[in-house]
Amino acid sequence: MLLRDVEYAKPASLPDALSALAAHDGARALAGGQTLINVMKARAASPDVLVDLNGLEELKGIELAGDGTLTIGAMTTYSELMESAEAKARPILAEVVSTIADVQVRNRGTVGGNVCANDPTNHLPPLMAAVGARFTIAGGSGEREVTAEDFFLGVYLTAVGPGELLTKIAIPAGKHDGFAAITLGVDGTCIANAAASLNGSLRVALGCVDAVPVVLQPASTEEDAVRAAVHAANLDPPSDVHASAEYRTHLAEVLAVRAARQAQENA
Amino acid sequence: MSDHSITVTVNGVEYEREVEARKLLIHFVRDDLDLTGSHIGCDTGNCGACSMIVDGTLVKSCMMLAVQADGATVETVEGLADGDELTPLQQSFSEHHALQCGYCTPGMLISATALLRANPSPSEEEIRKALQGNICRCTGYWNIFEAVKAVAK
Repeated sequence: MLLRDVEYAKPASLPDALSALAAHDGARALAGGQTLINVMKARAASPDVLVDLNGLEELKGIELAGDGTLTIGAMTTYSELMESAEAKARPILAEVVSTIADVQVRNRGTVGGNVCANDPTNHLPPLMAAVGARFTIAGGSGEREVTAEDFFLGVYLTAVGPGELLTKIAIPAGKHDGFAAITLGVDGTCIANAAASLNGSLRVALGCVDAVPVVLQPASTEEDAVRAAVHAANLDPPSDVHASAEYRTHLAEVLAVRAARQAQENA
Repeated sequence: MSDHSITVTVNGVEYEREVEARKLLIHFVRDDLDLTGSHIGCDTGNCGACSMIVDGTLVKSCMMLAVQADGATVETVEGLADGDELTPLQQSFSEHHALQCGYCTPGMLISATALLRANPSPSEEEIRKALQGNICRCTGYWNIFEAVKAVAK
């Protein structure tokens, strides 16, 4: 498919990338391209300028701090995360990204691209919400850090504004996590998913049922408590060709129970 | 119109070309370099017929711009055999009847080549996972799997 005509820039530094994004209203960051290039084919996105982030070394890599905090560069690919020794400090991360699409997509698709796309059916938004990730956003006037609650704002919409970039994601230490999804085929698009984290109190984040992850705090990992928390959320998910709203609500409850159970078993 | 001058080494041959930024790598390789072994199946990143190895990494070339391959080393199915001498993997595909219409075969060979390079002794599960991004509508996958398994050490 021939894309609409587009300009291309590959900045070598973060300040240059921010300048390039700020210089054009129609500029858009190109991370792994595993979503963006396809939506450009479909003309669902038609940027005038692509600012390729693949030359930005400062956006790559995974660091593990002394207190167990993982810092993942936004341009880290899924494959790099799966192979990272540091990322084993939070095993659920590699476990979940290993179920995204296929080898080729995981080799180019990035953690930052996944969360910035904020497609409600993506795996990482609910996972990041459950584990208490913090997102660093850089812009012309400096950096700021936001929580998952403040990062995911709507369908395809995040706190990263025009002329800004997500640079890294910080994830606190913890191993007591779970994730469950019902997908289209093995490792396909999620129809519903749920992430759970039992580090301190239990936090469950539901994906695919609203514009942003729905975060719940069940009283315990007991099945009844988790089901009660999902009921109390009064979910009103969309219906589509894959699942009715009623079925998606049912799946959200079942998957929340499974994710919480896995978090409990990993505790 | 946004033209960029790029230098790409494909199967050991260096090419210098002008490309529009909007040109996908698969179109550059097929149309500009006339290397038509790599196929376009779905053009949505699902089927894997366009799989190539770029700087040692397996990718789907319909989800990468040609301009992004500037300075890169690209491997396609044409680079596998040495003249008429097939690689052991290609020979194994032939012996195991791992292709019928052959449309997916270039991508299958490239994906399996990438797997065996990184992991010469893959388990059955690892072979299946490695070929997950390549769709075949003829064989039911079994003979492809057997062909790869036969050359795994």
